[in-house]
Amino acid sequence: MPSFVVNGIKKALLEVQDYFKFLGQIARGLTSRPVYFRDIVEQFEDIGLGSLTVVLLTGTFTGMVLALQSGITLDKFGARSMVGQLVSASMVKELGPVLTALMVTGRVGSGIAAELGSMMVTDQISALRALGTDPVRKLVVPRVLAGIIMVPILTIIADAVGMVGAWLITTTQLKVAGSVFWNSVVMGLYIQDVWMGIIKPFFLGFVLVTIACHVGLRTSGGTQGVGRATTNAVVGGSVAVLIMDFFVTKLLISLMY
Amino acid sequence: MALTEREQAMLEPRPITESDDAVIVFDEVSLAFDEKVILDRVSFQLLAGRMKIILGGSGVGKSTVLKLILGLLKPDGGQILVNGRRVDDLDEEHYMVVRDDLGMVFQDGALFDSLTVRENVGYKLFEETDIPIEQVDGRVKEVLGFVGLDEYFLRMPSELSGGQRRRVAIARALAARPKILLYDEPTTGLDPITAVTIDDEIIKLRDLEEVSALLVTHQLRDAFYVASHEAVKEGGTIKCVPASPEKLAETTFVMLKDSRVLFEGTLPELRAATDPYLQSFLS
Repeated sequence: MPSFVVNGIKKALLEVQDYFKFLGQIARGLTSRPVYFRDIVEQFEDIGLGSLTVVLLTGTFTGMVLALQSGITLDKFGARSMVGQLVSASMVKELGPVLTALMVTGRVGSGIAAELGSMMVTDQISALRALGTDPVRKLVVPRVLAGIIMVPILTIIADAVGMVGAWLITTTQLKVAGSVFWNSVVMGLYIQDVWMGIIKPFFLGFVLVTIACHVGLRTSGGTQGVGRATTNAVVGGSVAVLIMDFFVTKLLISLMY
Repeated sequence: MALTEREQAMLEPRPITESDDAVIVFDEVSLAFDEKVILDRVSFQLLAGRMKIILGGSGVGKSTVLKLILGLLKPDGGQILVNGRRVDDLDEEHYMVVRDDLGMVFQDGALFDSLTVRENVGYKLFEETDIPIEQVDGRVKEVLGFVGLDEYFLRMPSELSGGQRRRVAIARALAARPKILLYDEPTTGLDPITAVTIDDEIIKLRDLEEVSALLVTHQLRDAFYVASHEAVKEGGTIKCVPASPEKLAETTFVMLKDSRVLFEGTLPELRAATDPYLQSFLS
């Protein structure tokens, strides 16, 4: 095997090993003192409230376009009244969690990597350690907690506004009665679907934030390095969200259906 | 709420130490990154209340010495002792206690740019102790006054000049009353006049607060100024004047070259050295 391939594999394995070590540090930080409450509140606000606008827009327009597209398809079978069923199943089970996580990765993941990366290259992380603060507890744990809690909440909001967007299109463009639409929405959802839509974002929020923090805290090479870290956090986080989504979906299907 | 012994120690002046005990011991310390040897069996000691200035060209491992003491890097071999305690084999959690005795002034200051000067200087006391805010603010004002920046209490780091940032960094390192201060190129990139104000702060801390210090620099002018001056109180003001022979002997130099210690001695000894590299470095 050519040496560059071997080196590439070694580098990738080391990266994975480091990431899992990092997860161990986070687990220790989550389960022991000190806890930086002010930072936790700040991150809840930044990650949760700060992402609200983008999630509202994404959810609404995704619901609207889903209604338009499924309307055309269902028309072929004379089943326009079942738009709600299709939209609710798609939004709650898949599009809501994944699109929300991708949007948060773009907005928050890049921000985390840039912030922590800048702190790395300007010695602020070393200064934190020198002042007796564990950067994982102070900077990472609050972001992880905010990611785990706020991404599911944002997902629920995205699902809700997506459904409202779909209702708007269904009633105004597809000329289906609102009551028919909402009845169809309820008919299309099973309790397992709702659970899946709520459970998945916990994992997606965790993975997107931990990858961004991991990439940020490994930044080197000055401002260029910060730029690289930001790109890597978004690309790595987005891919990881999609991969994680597949495996969690598979696991939940085997457990719940 | 009563303060703990640790918190009390951070607020109250330390008794002046008379002992000549080594507060930092580097014993045959080695470090390499992949194939590149940074330090090769480097040994030296820093005695309580004294200053050691580490000189050397760029990339010889001067700043690495400070990072090893601070536990930001681990050596490949040898032993490091801080206040008599072996620290090179400590994990991050246990190192936090050792860092209570250490204050570090980073190159360029490394101030937290999202925090005010007050929050930067009092960071450790605000975040890592339960000391009441009024007492922390009192201490912050005291150390900012010491470096002559008490009116900058609520400024952001971005509003400060390069020299002011370094002085705030010194105040931050000083706030929790560490026994040992580590300076990493504190005057690099500053104009000569501003550099002298930083040098004066370093001298004041050494002579009036009796803080043991390791100063890493490649700025010979500043190194010689710090070694050859002492701080004295004259009628309520503090002045930096040429050092007495006794004071001159309290600051020693270590010159690093090719990952090893090339020279160790006082300023007169350094000036009298005949080694060709030392002579070319000094010239």
